Amino acid sequence: MHEEEIRQKIKQREELIAHQVLLEEQEMAKVQQELQKEHQKVLYWESRATGEEKENFTDLRREIERQQQRVAQPQQLVYQRIALKLAPKQTVVKNTIMAFLVGGAICTIGQVIKDFFLQGGLADQEAGAATSAILVFLGAFLTGIGYYDELGKVAGAGSLVPITGFANSIVSSAMEFKREGFLYGVGARLFTVAGPVLVYGTMVSILVGLIYYFLK
Amino acid sequence: MAQKKIGKQTLQFSSVPAIASAASVVGPMEGQGPLGRHYDLVFEDALAGEKSWENAEQKMMQYSMEIALEKQSLLTSDLDFYLAGDLLNQIICANFTARFLNIPFLGLYGACSTMAEGLCVAGILLEGGFAERIGVSASSHHDTAERQFRFPTELGVQRPMTAQWTVTGSASCVVERINSSGVRLTHATIGKIIDMGISNAHDLGAAMAPAAMNTIKTHLEDLGRKVDDYDLIITGDLGLLGNNLLKELMKKEGYSTDKVSDCGILVYAPEQDTHSGGSGCGCSAVVLAAHLLKRLQAGTYQRVFFVGTGALLSQLSSFQGETIPCIAHGVVLESTGGGQ
Amino acid sequence: MAMLLKAFLLGGFFCVIAQLLIDVTPFKITPAHILVGYVTSGVILSALGLYQPLIDWGGAGASVPLSGFGHSLAQGAIEGVRNKGLLGALGGGIEATAVGIAAAIVFGLIAATFFQPKG
Repeated sequence: MHEEEIRQKIKQREELIAHQVLLEEQEMAKVQQELQKEHQKVLYWESRATGEEKENFTDLRREIERQQQRVAQPQQLVYQRIALKLAPKQTVVKNTIMAFLVGGAICTIGQVIKDFFLQGGLADQEAGAATSAILVFLGAFLTGIGYYDELGKVAGAGSLVPITGFANSIVSSAMEFKREGFLYGVGARLFTVAGPVLVYGTMVSILVGLIYYFLK
Repeated sequence: MAQKKIGKQTLQFSSVPAIASAASVVGPMEGQGPLGRHYDLVFEDALAGEKSWENAEQKMMQYSMEIALEKQSLLTSDLDFYLAGDLLNQIICANFTARFLNIPFLGLYGACSTMAEGLCVAGILLEGGFAERIGVSASSHHDTAERQFRFPTELGVQRPMTAQWTVTGSASCVVERINSSGVRLTHATIGKIIDMGISNAHDLGAAMAPAAMNTIKTHLEDLGRKVDDYDLIITGDLGLLGNNLLKELMKKEGYSTDKVSDCGILVYAPEQDTHSGGSGCGCSAVVLAAHLLKRLQAGTYQRVFFVGTGALLSQLSSFQGETIPCIAHGVVLESTGGGQ
Repeated sequence: MAMLLKAFLLGGFFCVIAQLLIDVTPFKITPAHILVGYVTSGVILSALGLYQPLIDWGGAGASVPLSGFGHSLAQGAIEGVRNKGLLGALGGGIEATAVGIAAAIVFGLIAATFFQPKG
């Protein structure tokens, strides 16, 4: 087999791939075997070539590898459509109602706590911070006694979006990795789930600060 | 020409090794499932008195092997080899169990197809005359799998409807070269990796169904058999969705599907709210030990094709957006007792 | 009393959006995506001056969801710039949310010390 021959074949196959032709099983096996044979050959030539010739073979090999990935795609798509059709439906209505009720309830509790602090004479901002702290404590405690994951199963986003969910993500990671020790387990893993929140939240807030600084 | 290989992928064991005994150890949720009273030992909680779930899983594997040996009044020293695997990184449960057993050991990784893979390899070793008696184990644990593959167990997440529940359980088999009373191991079909481009790690049943289809089809063609030559063709852990998909694929090729079932469906009751059924190495292993082998022993089933299915992904591959390569290995199990 | 009802409605509404993002959109959206998405959108909305009206209307209904955390971050950064200039842009956000973060760390450690995960 020569390089020209392989290039010819690649061109022919490109037709198949471009038109997303759905090959029969045996046809497919044949094409894949051809691809493998060509790939092996080109790889071998590439390993022995130098300079410009090597680059030439590298490009050719990449071309074959791309075809190897693409050639089965029509089959995969057909199957994925069947899989999607048979997939059980998410219970969207029930999930949404539960998320609304639980999420709303947690926020109402937050409002009650905040009102309590406001009546106790705290300024608005301090009352807000204290409310967050109490809610974080509640989320942490419910996670500790093993209740929050049960709540999350029913409430979905309703228990995820409030700040109690943030606490849950930190506490559940901390507890989970306790058995790997307090340094590499708890300490290192505390922010497994919540880390990205702080990273991107802080980053964007700094950007906001910078923009404000230069616009001011 | 390989003399003992028939067709493309099927091996024939003409010396007919047999599964002499099997035992299963499971967690509490499996104990409450439909097969609850058939398991040899049910732990009261998922920790089983150990200090970590990984330890609990390792103990389940070890105990199932010990119980299987005791059923035949055997000791670990009576085994020539031990073949085992689990889902954890570097198959630690199997390694630690082998440390306890102290016999020559080959670790297996076939994800949830491990039990079937182990039986294939055991059959080959026995047929080849390299061993008289081999121990095979597979285990999985819901909590060790969750924390390795998904999220911390106490994180309040909602599982999608396609998700399956990893079985907490382990089963072991003792396979013998010369045995006249056990369940006979007549053929094995070694699977190929099939990847239909599914990348959702919460949808493993759909990813694995084509692999199961490929192995079943190849097996029937290799041996020139029909679906009706079996009392049951049972897959490892396709779950509800995967089972439906497999049936759809089989119908398309003109196979009958009324004898096709799945261990992931049998292991939990619908009201246990696992969504798409069970999964994990332990799933097919405990259903084999607690249900299929007993039915075969009693002669209720004469011939069963047991197809373990495995989704060979890792958390890294899944984060990197790779699709899921899947495999299915099958073994033919035949009854020696009962009717016919 | 009206405030409680408004907090309930607005808070519930925030959660419904997240639930629909998870269930209905074709993307694989995990809890981590939702948490990060809410905080950053909170920061951006707040910077554009759109979040404060929500808090004025719904109180805790807007401050308890994680977007409220983003609002604190943004307002902290802006406040920081006003008081300390460029340095405030860096530190302001974290300063304003320090109580919440510290509370999460402390409770996380305490919970890890005293509780066992039940699975």
